[in-house]
Amino acid sequence: MADMAAAIISERMQFNSEDASALAKELRVGFDSGKTRSYQWRASQIEALIKLTQNHEEEIVRALYSDLSKPHTEAFVHELAANLSVVLIFVLSLIMAVEEPRRVFDAEAASSLMKELRGTFASGKTRSYEWRVSQLKTFLKLLDDHEQEIVDGLLSDLSKPPLESVVYEIGMLKNSCKVVLKELKHWMKPEKAKTSITTFPSSAEIVSEPLGVVLVISAWNYPFLLSLDPVIGAIAAGNAVVLKPSEIAPATSSLMAKLLGEYMDSSCIRVVEGAVDETSALLQQKWDKIFYTGNGRIGRIVMTAAAKHLTPVVLELGGKSPVVVDSNINLQVASRRIIAGKWGCNNGQACISPDYIITTKDYAPKLVDALKTELEAFYGEHPLESKDLSRIVNSNHFARLTKLLDEDKVSGKIVYGGERNESKLRIAPTLLLDVPRNSMIMNEEIFGPLLPIITVDKLEESFDVINSGTKPLAAYLFTNNKKLKEQFVKTISAGGLVVNDTTLHLAVHTLPFGGVGESGIGAYHGKFSFDAFSHKKAVLYRSFLGDAALRYPPYTNTKLRVMKALIGGGILGIIRALFGWS
Amino acid sequence: MQIHNAMETLRDLERDLKNMREYYESGITKEASWRESQLKRLRSFLLEKEEEILNALLQDLGKHHLEAFRDEVGTLIKSLNFALNNLKQWMSGKKAKLPKIALLTSAEIVAEPLGLVLIISSWNFPFGLSLEPLIGAIAAGNTAVLKPSELSPTCSAVLASGLYNYLDKKAIKVIQGGPAEAEQLLHQRWDKIFFTGSTRVGRIVMSSAVRYLTPVTLELGGKCPAVVDSLSSSFDREVAVKRIIVGKFGTCAGQACISIDYILVEKRFAPVLVELMKVWIKKMFGENPRELKTVARIVNKQHLFRLKNLVADPRVQESVVYGGSIDEDNLFIEPTIMVDPPLDSAIMSEEIFGPLLPVITLEKIEDSIKFINSRPKPLALYVFTKNQSLQRRMISETSSGSVTFNDAIVQYAADTLPFGGVGESGFGNYHGKFSFDTFSHEKTVVNRSFLTDFWFRFPPWNTHKYHLLEVAYNYDYLGLLLLVLGLKRSCKRKSF
Repeated sequence: MADMAAAIISERMQFNSEDASALAKELRVGFDSGKTRSYQWRASQIEALIKLTQNHEEEIVRALYSDLSKPHTEAFVHELAANLSVVLIFVLSLIMAVEEPRRVFDAEAASSLMKELRGTFASGKTRSYEWRVSQLKTFLKLLDDHEQEIVDGLLSDLSKPPLESVVYEIGMLKNSCKVVLKELKHWMKPEKAKTSITTFPSSAEIVSEPLGVVLVISAWNYPFLLSLDPVIGAIAAGNAVVLKPSEIAPATSSLMAKLLGEYMDSSCIRVVEGAVDETSALLQQKWDKIFYTGNGRIGRIVMTAAAKHLTPVVLELGGKSPVVVDSNINLQVASRRIIAGKWGCNNGQACISPDYIITTKDYAPKLVDALKTELEAFYGEHPLESKDLSRIVNSNHFARLTKLLDEDKVSGKIVYGGERNESKLRIAPTLLLDVPRNSMIMNEEIFGPLLPIITVDKLEESFDVINSGTKPLAAYLFTNNKKLKEQFVKTISAGGLVVNDTTLHLAVHTLPFGGVGESGIGAYHGKFSFDAFSHKKAVLYRSFLGDAALRYPPYTNTKLRVMKALIGGGILGIIRALFGWS
Repeated sequence: MQIHNAMETLRDLERDLKNMREYYESGITKEASWRESQLKRLRSFLLEKEEEILNALLQDLGKHHLEAFRDEVGTLIKSLNFALNNLKQWMSGKKAKLPKIALLTSAEIVAEPLGLVLIISSWNFPFGLSLEPLIGAIAAGNTAVLKPSELSPTCSAVLASGLYNYLDKKAIKVIQGGPAEAEQLLHQRWDKIFFTGSTRVGRIVMSSAVRYLTPVTLELGGKCPAVVDSLSSSFDREVAVKRIIVGKFGTCAGQACISIDYILVEKRFAPVLVELMKVWIKKMFGENPRELKTVARIVNKQHLFRLKNLVADPRVQESVVYGGSIDEDNLFIEPTIMVDPPLDSAIMSEEIFGPLLPVITLEKIEDSIKFINSRPKPLALYVFTKNQSLQRRMISETSSGSVTFNDAIVQYAADTLPFGGVGESGFGNYHGKFSFDTFSHEKTVVNRSFLTDFWFRFPPWNTHKYHLLEVAYNYDYLGLLLLVLGLKRSCKRKSF
């Protein structure tokens, strides 16, 4: 064993940067030849991979035992079975796509897609109430028919606990659809507007009209919800829509492409899968709205591209959402609600999950104890094994999170958790107490299962701490103090505030969901989604009667006097002006 | 030396903005009393300095006092009164409906100010387009910097001194200047940028807003068509023509983002319409409009030449049926009508923004829908018709910032209607409550009690909890009760 390890190490040492660049060059030549793009090649390689795992099962099990002392049965079940099933699903999706081999989605493809959708939109098809409703009903059916596949997709991309998938992704989407189906008629009705004396006699209304062809670019953490919730809004408002799901959740991305292709009206609803190249090709087009969920860096790229075409954008970003915890509260309930919002939401990989806690020095130990107790009750003594926690999405994010955790001034502050398993991409729920304010973990959005707690002498100081940073998407406060609540609402600017709970506002469709400042632009959910994809057209009806001569030249001093009376509200002046007795 | 000065002004600017941010953070501008007092003081400025304002507009644009009062001072006073009457109501939070399952929970939407905002306005309505957004910014509790246009310098100076004297100078600041100053301003951090002007500059504004992810409202323009149906009653025709002429030549000589750009009319009705327009132009502006001084002048030489070039195209020249005289020295262009200039000419592809009015004839009035849809979305669409089915089709089959039937421009004065464009004509809107919303963030506030909590919200997950959550999400209260009591077991999903 020792020899083998030594051999590996020595081999590693010999593999220097020159070798690496040669290797990369060689692979690039292979890639550039286009060989890897064909369906046949991909399928053959995957078949080979399956063969490899089948033929060398025992060796793999032995290796796992030697590296990680994994029991044979567990190793087999977890690694091989999981891999095989993922691979098989993937092969299946490839086979399904084989009828139309995937070509590179370039600017040309994007522009022809745009042309096609513009044509459909111009035909007026998407405007009718019937079309909108039929699409949303079909979508509900899709969710019902394929619940298990969706859950499996999320399991493969994120190991998302099925309950989270069903409740937070599928459940929320069903709810959104039902709300639209119930309210759409009402939303589509022109809104009567009062008219004033200046335009009398007239009537006015505000008509919600679809914007045209819109683009939705979504994120990997709630790949179904964040992709399809905006799409529901776009359909409800009568637009043609293109969805670009995140390539970081590939199983859900291809599942959405497949299912939407099968179920929805593909003449106006499309999915374009891909990464940077595909996204840039899409962003070159002129959209009537771009709805982006993700981070500020890409958000800026999206907005820059939108500026070229004067396209309005909705940017759903994130930020460091704080939780302020007062003393003399129901600590058990508070802890549970914090845990549900942090680790119970995709293991902290959610834009509104609590990012850090602020509490008083005195209260911090109690809070830490309560959180520990509840965490153990929820996820057991070995949270790395818990099936009720999502994993970290990929190795890049795993490396990012461990870097935050391993920073010198931070690593000593762990008071709970800290365990990790790189091969399974798992990090245990981790509490850190009194991390320095200038550490990386306190300056970046964490987006993972790490929860730093910082302490202040008096709770009021926490508001200054929050306001010294950029505006977060959400801010939470646990207190029974009414004055503190009021002060919190008044002084903290954030997308949304919740007192005595976390993340709850996301599920309420009567509330606008969206950020402010660095946490984003625009809002959606329920009627707000409909509005986000509509143009509010002002319509004013005038009669040919009732004209005030004073509007028209030649202008005289008398006309000016009457007009002033009109503006000033003098009733006689108004009557005279309206009937043209100037 | 010049560079040194530029650095100095930049440092001054940055210091001023820092002070304004600190002032905002002190919370003074959030108080209802501050907002109200500022709006009242703005009204005093308009009332007390009315003459100065009207004279400035006469000097910069040759706007007649009555037109200036009607479109700028008067409209602003009306807007201020509306804002003052409604401020309390706008500021109060809106309760949001919650499902019954959310026991002991309340939610509301609170409008909070955005912070420090920038308003860049335009020269054609230097007071209206500067102060209308400012009313919204103040009503919403922001601190604001206003950059009026350098092309109407007298008005800009009146604004600068007026706002300095009347308003809270720690919160409201006017910065005068041209493109260089605008660029310097755009490099700063803002919480909102409100821009009125051209699409070209609009793109620059939005691109520079990217750096700080600043939300923008872009009030642009476009070619606003007026569709004129073959009206049968001579009374209606006359009223329509009067409104069209004021909507074109009587609003800063057509230099308005919502003034009529061109007319669409049926071939057979065109001669009737054109003759009637000629009659009314004479009645309103006299035989020699330049002397009556009822029509505003062109803002500067550059714009005059731009307009001159539009008519210089021989094919366009041929189509002129009325007016056409240009007085370069006095920057005056006579109200001009042309019938069927070629559609590929510059005058039919660029926004005209001046007193030139092309009349385009169609076989059938319904063809206008296709005509409009084949061009960028305009800021305003005017339709003169009594035909209700045409009205309906116009609303649902074309897209524009607004649609006004049987009149023009008046939609600008309606406080209850959002004013803003779509597509090429901009995005975002304002006026009345919409101005307040444009400068506010709608913050969601949810209040929970510690008392009610469902144990099934928390892991470890199992099938029973799943069913509870499922019925709770569907607001199925009976199902919830049965499940809790153990009287119901659904078995759709076997395991988690």
